[in-house]
Amino acid sequence: MGLLSTKDTKLITNPMNLENPITVQVLGVCSALAVTVKLEPALVMAISVTAVTAFSNVIISMLRNTIPNRIRIIVQLVVVAALVIIVDQILKAFVYDVSKQLSVFVGLIITNCIIMGRLEAFALGNKPWPSFLDGVGNGAGYGMILIIVAIVREIFGSGSIWGISLIPQSWYIANGGFYANNGFMILPPMALIMLGVIIWVQRSRTKELIGK
Amino acid sequence: MNTQGNTYTFIYASVMVILVAAGLAFTAIKLKPYQDANIKNEKMQNILSSVGIQSTPENVNGLYAKYITESLVINTKGEVQTGKAAFDIELNTELAKPIENRDLPVFKCTQEDGTVFIIVPLRGKGLWGPIWGYMSFEKDFNTIHGAVFDHKGETPGLGADINQPWFYDPFKGKTVFNENGELVSIAVYKGGKGAAQIAGDTKHGVDGISGGTITSKGLEAMIKDCLVNYETYFKNSKSN
Repeated sequence: MGLLSTKDTKLITNPMNLENPITVQVLGVCSALAVTVKLEPALVMAISVTAVTAFSNVIISMLRNTIPNRIRIIVQLVVVAALVIIVDQILKAFVYDVSKQLSVFVGLIITNCIIMGRLEAFALGNKPWPSFLDGVGNGAGYGMILIIVAIVREIFGSGSIWGISLIPQSWYIANGGFYANNGFMILPPMALIMLGVIIWVQRSRTKELIGK
Repeated sequence: MNTQGNTYTFIYASVMVILVAAGLAFTAIKLKPYQDANIKNEKMQNILSSVGIQSTPENVNGLYAKYITESLVINTKGEVQTGKAAFDIELNTELAKPIENRDLPVFKCTQEDGTVFIIVPLRGKGLWGPIWGYMSFEKDFNTIHGAVFDHKGETPGLGADINQPWFYDPFKGKTVFNENGELVSIAVYKGGKGAAQIAGDTKHGVDGISGGTITSKGLEAMIKDCLVNYETYFKNSKSN
């Protein structure tokens, strides 16, 4: 890697696997259950969270030596809330349909544990560039899981991917065929089961995580 | 400098809040035109879909101009009010006014074959927040040609299903006046699929949503409360 040092690369790749915020640290699960019925909202949510995590990390990292310790959580919250509102406004202006589907969950990015966790654990003690990479890495680690879950749920729950139908209409029972979409896939419990399966697969493949 | 003292903390917090507020205000003002355009497009799409015309945000302006040939504002006495734009009326502010002061929008849609449908907006309360919709009538001002509903935040999978075709399609063909010409509106029966059939009311009744009774009842009240305002106008137009 010419662009990034080994240490910097680790900041991005670690959250994808060994330190994945959802499957290893089990943070941000609430929104992961709610927005993964279809791929499009899941992707928009992933991008939004990544942007907020990365930029709030950078801002807090730049301010880290000036923030009075007694109000540091408040300062973090103000920064995160401001970024989330900007993201929400941008979504409402340019991808209105998706923003309606995501509804309150964009606003709830403010309370996403991943973001506050990274600010406390990383940005307060590191320079802006590594903080930015850490934010991108954790956002991407979160987004990756969201997208995997959303792909599976959309294929089996709605018979489509990105809203494009995969199953021929004539296969459906309503049209005299034999196939029906699995309604359970659309319900939140299925997202939890999917997450469990992903954690299971990851744990059984990764030696470092076994027995922890 | 002592970054832990009271003075520093107060100044820090104040300056930060002012900067953030300015930033957010700037963003909101810059993006407002785009957001308003989206809301306007959605309203036009809703009006069109109540007569069964599907549109996208890209082609809605053209389709709206083509099909919605007339829009007028009436009062509860059925008189046409001039000099008011029907599209810009916010129904929730009108419904808050005393009944004789309300301005009520009516949209008329002309199909290619010359058939005219009359579209009226609806607005009411669901379980968690506002619900709204559009209902189109055939030119007897009685038979429902189509209806669409939407909501701000009803329970997903239950009350939120009022915006699903399986819920609003059965409104087609129902009538809102009985044989004696009295406004009976539309009843939404508790008990899910087949409930209207069991209640023996297939003319003026539709099936409610199992588990979404409060939303269903709110929707029933919304239709009644809004149609009452149009009653005189409908009756007068029918006799003409």
